[in-house]
Amino acid sequence: MQLLTNRSKVVVNKKMTLMEKLYIPAIFGGMMITIKHLFRKKVTIQYPEQTREFSKVYRGKHILKRDEQGRENCTACGLCAVSCPAEAITMVAAERKKGEEHLYREEKYASTYEINMLRCIFCGLCEEACPKDAIYLTEELMPANYDRSNFIYGKDKLVQPLGTSAHPKTYKPYKK
Amino acid sequence: MEILLFDKIFLIVIVFSVSLVIALYSTLAERKVSAFLQDRIGPNRAGVFGLLQPVADGVKFFFKEDIIPTHADKALYILGPSISMITALMTSAVIPWGTYMTFSGRQVSMQIADINIGILYVFAVVSIGVYGIMIGGWGSNNKFSLLGALRASSQMISYEIAMGLSIISIVMMTGSMSLGEIVSQQHGMNWNIFYQPIGFLIFCTCAFAECNRTPFDLPECEAELVGGYHTEYSSMKLGLYLFSEYINIFISSAIMSAMFFGGYNFPFMDMIASPNMVSIIGVFAFFAKIIFFIFFFMWVRWTIPRFRYDQLMKLGWKYLIPLALANIVITGVVMLIFNK
Repeated sequence: MQLLTNRSKVVVNKKMTLMEKLYIPAIFGGMMITIKHLFRKKVTIQYPEQTREFSKVYRGKHILKRDEQGRENCTACGLCAVSCPAEAITMVAAERKKGEEHLYREEKYASTYEINMLRCIFCGLCEEACPKDAIYLTEELMPANYDRSNFIYGKDKLVQPLGTSAHPKTYKPYKK
Repeated sequence: MEILLFDKIFLIVIVFSVSLVIALYSTLAERKVSAFLQDRIGPNRAGVFGLLQPVADGVKFFFKEDIIPTHADKALYILGPSISMITALMTSAVIPWGTYMTFSGRQVSMQIADINIGILYVFAVVSIGVYGIMIGGWGSNNKFSLLGALRASSQMISYEIAMGLSIISIVMMTGSMSLGEIVSQQHGMNWNIFYQPIGFLIFCTCAFAECNRTPFDLPECEAELVGGYHTEYSSMKLGLYLFSEYINIFISSAIMSAMFFGGYNFPFMDMIASPNMVSIIGVFAFFAKIIFFIFFFMWVRWTIPRFRYDQLMKLGWKYLIPLALANIVITGVVMLIFNK
């Protein structure tokens, strides 16, 4: 059999030598190792006060972006839904009416846009597929819930709130 | 020198409370040491550095429901932890905590009872401690408790022999069984460890086994015996068992420091003129040694895995007892040659 790594060691059930039978050198060696750890830097993160920093490419809850004038970027082209391997995204497209120019950037928009967070695998393919810079995965965590139906996130939960800028906590694109 | 009852009562109260406080904070130290050896921080929420953690644990123990199993022998069930605790506390009576303090021309000994068979008394009391475990395990009327108690008592009895034999060489050298005498002969840096390193090694190993500490912590074993002899215990009765273990560690550390590391003796103690000052520094030196040994107990616990039960018995009977016997013979021969 070909070995995948060179880290494996052949175990031999040999008789212990006198030195090994005394245990004391081995115990002493072990104690020297543990005493070194006494002075080592502690790895604990004291949770409520400190939080672990997320990876730069962390993929959390989605956000539907608005542009600088507060208009929704999404044009309901459906590329995100097509690219989604978990088939979690559904949307209904609608035409922009007169007087709605301040709400939607282009003539077509998504009147409903739903992501089933129980299906979503947070792969980020929707973000890569989006040609309109509309959907991103943020650093926000998905909160727990008692009801499965509450995990279907609509536009009320996904669209970037009005008046917010591209804040790094809520919106952090990792591709340029 | 007259002995006043008041002095003794005062000393007893002090020693009693000091051993309780040290045992109390050993529980915190154990958790802190284990945490630090594993690159963690340990309890730090109750008070500064978790200093109130033992108090919180104690309060919790007292407020837990105290369950006595229906089929348990009620009297024995209560007697078990009491014996464990009482014997653990009784041993401290013969330990010399310091030399003499002179108050207005009156000499006060820092030892509760300087009986001429001090070390024998320690062994006698420690042997009674086995009854605490055995009675508790038997009285619980539970097979796991009984098996755990059997394991614990056979382990403790086996290692008591080697422990006693390792002490004989010290007794031969000193010519006295009194702990006060043994300690006062190790004046300055003339500690027994330099003459009896093997004896110390045997004694130390046996002390670990006597206290049921890792690598000999076999009486408690989740995989085979659930909690061992205290499986059925709850509330403060369990607390007493666990607590007596820490008092035993404290007492073993004290005896190890007294027998082998000079007790209250410290280097250059002749250079200090005031006898009271020597005594006070001596007490601190003694406690520094004790605290080091308590740390040593914990250090070993969080370093090495436990022995298997047959290995434990083999080590006790086949290696330590012959080694201790050989140590006695060699000590005797050397004493004869140098006509000590």
